Order: sequence, then C-alpha cells, then structure tokens
Amino acid sequence: MQAVFSTPEVMKKDFRFTFCPGCDHGIAVRLVAELIDEMNLKEKTICSTCVGCSVFLYDFLNIDCVEAPHGRACASATGVKRTNPDKFVFTYQGDGDFASIGYAESMHTAIRGEKVSAICINNTTYGMTGGQLGPTTMMGQVTTTSPFGRNKEYYGYPMKIAEQIALCDGTAFSARVALDSVPHINQAKQALRKAFEVQLEGLGFGFVEILSSCPTNWHMTPEQAHDRVKNEMIPVFPLGIFKDLTENK
Amino acid sequence: MGLIKINNSRCKSCYICTETCPKGLIKKSEETNRLGDYLVKFEDKDNSCVACAMCAKRCPDLAIEVFK
Repeated sequence: MQAVFSTPEVMKKDFRFTFCPGCDHGIAVRLVAELIDEMNLKEKTICSTCVGCSVFLYDFLNIDCVEAPHGRACASATGVKRTNPDKFVFTYQGDGDFASIGYAESMHTAIRGEKVSAICINNTTYGMTGGQLGPTTMMGQVTTTSPFGRNKEYYGYPMKIAEQIALCDGTAFSARVALDSVPHINQAKQALRKAFEVQLEGLGFGFVEILSSCPTNWHMTPEQAHDRVKNEMIPVFPLGIFKDLTENK
Repeated sequence: MGLIKINNSRCKSCYICTETCPKGLIKKSEETNRLGDYLVKFEDKDNSCVACAMCAKRCPDLAIEVFK
C-alpha cells in the first residue's frame, strides 16, 4: 500500500504535541513542517519561537531554533536573518505575543521590510496563562479578565492584525486564514507557502494570521470551538489576502 | 480501498476525526493509552474508505496516517 498521508520528515521521532486536545496549533505546526519538507528548506531553516502555547516548537521540529524573549521573536528573527542572509528564517507566535507584548517589534519588522516570515496564531485569548483578555478578544467574549464580556467602554475593540501588517510598505505578503475545515486548511497551506516564498525571493516581510480554536479556554468541545471559529470569528476577522506583491510581478 | 493507522501514543481523544469522516468509519473506543486518553478505532468492514485523508488533515496531533 502507498502512503497518502504521513508524518512530515522534518518532525522529530516519537514526538507528542504538548497542546491541549483539539487545539489547532498542531495543524499549523504540521503545515509548516510539510512546507519545509516540500520546499527542501530543512538544512537552512532557523526558527524564532515565542513565549506562549507555541513555545515548544523546537521539541517537535528537527530544525535550529532561537528562543526569543516574550514578544520579541520578530526582533530576534531580524538579527538572525541579517547575520545569515542565506538562511530561511521564520517566527511562530501567538496573538498575545505578536500583537500585544511584541506589537512594536512586529510592526517595525514589517515596516523595515525585513526578509523574514511571521506566523501568528490568533485564538482570541492568552491561552497558556489561563484565558485572559487579549488584543484580539471579540466584542462580548467572556474571558477570565473580562467576566462580563468585552465591551468597548472598558476594553476597546479587537485588533485586526493582518490588515495592519498589510498597510506597512515593507510587507510583501499578508493574509488571514483559518483551520476550522479541510478547505480552509488547504488555503492556509497555500498562504503559508506564499509567505515563505516572498522571503526566499527577497521581496520583503511575509505574514500569515491563522484563526485557531482554543477549546480549553473557551470551555467548549473541539467541534463546538470550530463552530465558533466559523460562525463568530470569521465574520469579525474576514479571511483573505490583504497584500501580495507577487501579483504584480 | 483505503486504510488508516492511528498512533495511539499521540492521540489525545479530541474526537475531531470521528465527526470528520464522511462515512463514519472512525468510532470512539473503550481502550486507553498509557496516559489514560480514550482512543478511537477504525472499522471498515465494507472496504468503503477511499483514503480521502480528511481525518488526517484535521487531526491536530498528527496521529493518523493514511494508505491507499
């Protein structure tokens, strides 16, 4: 029998994801691993990991990693890429890390047009620390620090990361994708491929925001959490490509 | 005809695969792995699996391999 679907070669042997059951992080890591295999990047990849649920990326992927201080993954990636311009450098961050604690570093990496790729997992909450209100928490959403739901008077509005990154002149590719269904997972892989390609072609900063579920902190089953992504998140955070410099080539 | 293999040590019993399979060939099991996660079992008596790999694509723990 022929293998139709198997574990990517770049994954470590005998790994077991440290994510909660049903968390979409595992799918995002798999897509990255598949692309590293397909684009033959294993020997030249350096990852800058963040602090958060995605912190243990180096335990799953057989690549070189730099552990950045909280929120500073894009700044670390800038240093790695400038000193090793022939390497492929990407960051893997959560929304709290990318858009709140490290907002300045992330935005200025895009504004400078650094030739790195950034992946931001948006699950509308601070997952690892217990489900506090984050920059992307939706209006009305109950979290441990917004027990009556997010309201505009007290907490303001949710942040649209992919649109903001697309406004930066140094950005070559910015897109928002989701992982709630198989067609969306396939689109996510295409977007990640583009974000990797713009770096390899030297066009600028590549960015993908991935809408993900957090069943544990949303207090839902995995399927209910995916329904929430489909019915509540996607209307607030519309999917699509917001900037693509490869279109004009 | 398709076949799937489930890696029991990676499975965390989120049961996304049981709801994803269009033919309902993956079912909840009473067995557990060494960490106590209730596992799933693949039952395909009529050889109706076409190896569409939707279960594997949606598995967040990379616990499913698909063969054809």
